[in-house]
Amino acid sequence: MSAGDSSVNSPEIRRLARVLEPGHSYGSVTDKISSIVLTRPVSIGWLAGFAVAFSLLMLMTVSIAWLITKGVGIWGINIPIGWGFAIVNFVWWIGIGHAGTLISAILFLLNQKWRTSINRFAEAMTLFAVACAGIFPLIHTGRPWMAYYMFPYPSTMGIWPQFRSPLIWDVFAVSTYGTVSALFWFVGLIPDLATLRDRATNKAAQIIYGMLAMGWRGSARHWHRYQSAYLLLAGLATPLVLSVHTVVSFDFSIAIVPGWHTTIFPPYFVAGAIYSGFAMVLTIAIPLRKAYDLEDFITMRHLENMAKVMLATGLIVAYGYFFEFFMSLYSGNKFDVFLVHQRLHGPYAPYYFALILCNILTPQLLWIEKVRTNVAALFVMSLVINLGMWLERFVIVVISLTRDFVPSAWGRYQATFWDYSTFAGTIGLFVTLLFLFVRGLPAISIAEMRELVAHSSEEDQ
Amino acid sequence: MNVPHANVCYGLLGEFDSPKDLMVAARKVREAGYRHIDAYAPFPVEGLSQALGLGRKHDLVPLVTLIGGLGGGLGGFFFQLWVNASSYPMNIGGRPLNSWPAFIPVTFELTVLGASLFAVFGMLAMNRLPQPHHPLFNVARFKRASNDKFFLCIEAHDPKFHLAETARFLQSIHAQHVIEVRDED
Repeated sequence: MSAGDSSVNSPEIRRLARVLEPGHSYGSVTDKISSIVLTRPVSIGWLAGFAVAFSLLMLMTVSIAWLITKGVGIWGINIPIGWGFAIVNFVWWIGIGHAGTLISAILFLLNQKWRTSINRFAEAMTLFAVACAGIFPLIHTGRPWMAYYMFPYPSTMGIWPQFRSPLIWDVFAVSTYGTVSALFWFVGLIPDLATLRDRATNKAAQIIYGMLAMGWRGSARHWHRYQSAYLLLAGLATPLVLSVHTVVSFDFSIAIVPGWHTTIFPPYFVAGAIYSGFAMVLTIAIPLRKAYDLEDFITMRHLENMAKVMLATGLIVAYGYFFEFFMSLYSGNKFDVFLVHQRLHGPYAPYYFALILCNILTPQLLWIEKVRTNVAALFVMSLVINLGMWLERFVIVVISLTRDFVPSAWGRYQATFWDYSTFAGTIGLFVTLLFLFVRGLPAISIAEMRELVAHSSEEDQ
Repeated sequence: MNVPHANVCYGLLGEFDSPKDLMVAARKVREAGYRHIDAYAPFPVEGLSQALGLGRKHDLVPLVTLIGGLGGGLGGFFFQLWVNASSYPMNIGGRPLNSWPAFIPVTFELTVLGASLFAVFGMLAMNRLPQPHHPLFNVARFKRASNDKFFLCIEAHDPKFHLAETARFLQSIHAQHVIEVRDED
């Protein structure tokens, strides 16, 4: 946003356009962000939130232990609905991760300054979401202790994974995504870890941050290579993030099941992933900026821009729904036409209408600026979209599988307690990790904020 | 141990308040003929490496990344080809054994994985990190290099280095503080 443009010079617009409130120096940015980790006492609110999240995490371990004891029969899956909550949740979580990479990599390549204060925790969100996602296919295999069969290692059996299968592509896509996201995140953290090392007064913190910072000293030579590596990682992560949800959509679209076998799936899945991911970034950012007084750094501009991205990707998703629908009818294929009928009038029709309400109708309110700049409204909206995207995956997985070709092979799906407890448990894992992250590492990139301070002071002169 | 003075002196460190001051100082230090110099800043300062005279060839990260990407991609593709066509040939749906389009997703992922691993570990290795100890960490004020101050170091092994004269020179280019860095082994 150029400050020189005279048409946008009203004080209100300038306030909304800021990515950093004025009056900050290098030192104040460092103090404010590092103090959250180093000096702020643990608050009752943090403890209460952590206790709830940790209890849910314990519920997850119990659910998984019971699953391993009894087998996948404790879930609602059956024949023909072999993919129940496990796959719905997998796709939901992995999709959420995509916004983190989009913010950190794509907005970086596009030189969008507003990414700076939200990229760190968005990347953390990506990592934690991928961790949650990875659990589901693993435990869905039924014998997770054999999961290493999916990796190509020279076994005494002399056989290999089937590289022509989208499920194996998925193993490679998700594990690469997890690895690259972790690398990207860690590289971004190195200078901040050095800051924490230098500012920590407690011996244990000095040692831990010191080891993690690896002796970073901010040398110009180091920064030069560092920037080069960071830029390259951003360039690599950009096609990667598009490929990951494309490969996830191949899990469906390569099968011949009605409602899955469609070429619109890759772009529509990627857009949906970014849509849900931005919703989750908002769900996290709004309480975070409130709890740690970060309104100076995560400004209305950030929230509004994220709302705009949600609106845009939501429209792409709506386009996807429309063409999925249209192509089914236009094809004249009786199974595809029947699927449309099933979505609108079948036993799971309420899920479909709830999905349309959450993902298409409600987000249209974001056209209104008052809604986009209202923090509470945005928070509610982000929750609605998170729910809507979960419903989308439920509709895709369950409606298509319950009634495919031969009526004698039709079935019904009813999730059990253990389905819900495992899902709630991964939410617990996600939130637990986020709580630990906020207290243990700088939630906003300090080095990049200093750069922003330097740029802002240049602009003011 | 009887070590001569020059061996324990790592160099002279000048402290500056802003990236602009640091850039000006870096240019002056180069003009004065010093070559073994480095600057330290809490964030990447645009143009600083050029001001210090580090050319484009100094940065091998892109090349290393390319090698990693090519290695990952080619390795990934030919590994799949070997597995499917030679090690354990299997007829899947009548597709040819070299059904290369089906190998592309994994090839792509391994290209990205190889390139990313090489970019990060290559960058760290060329920066000689992890490096737990460095003489600069003996300087108390250097803690602010990761916060709000900018430093320029003229290293003792520079042929033009002379403790007193170089210190005076750093003062003349408006260093706020001039500190001798000692390597106390």
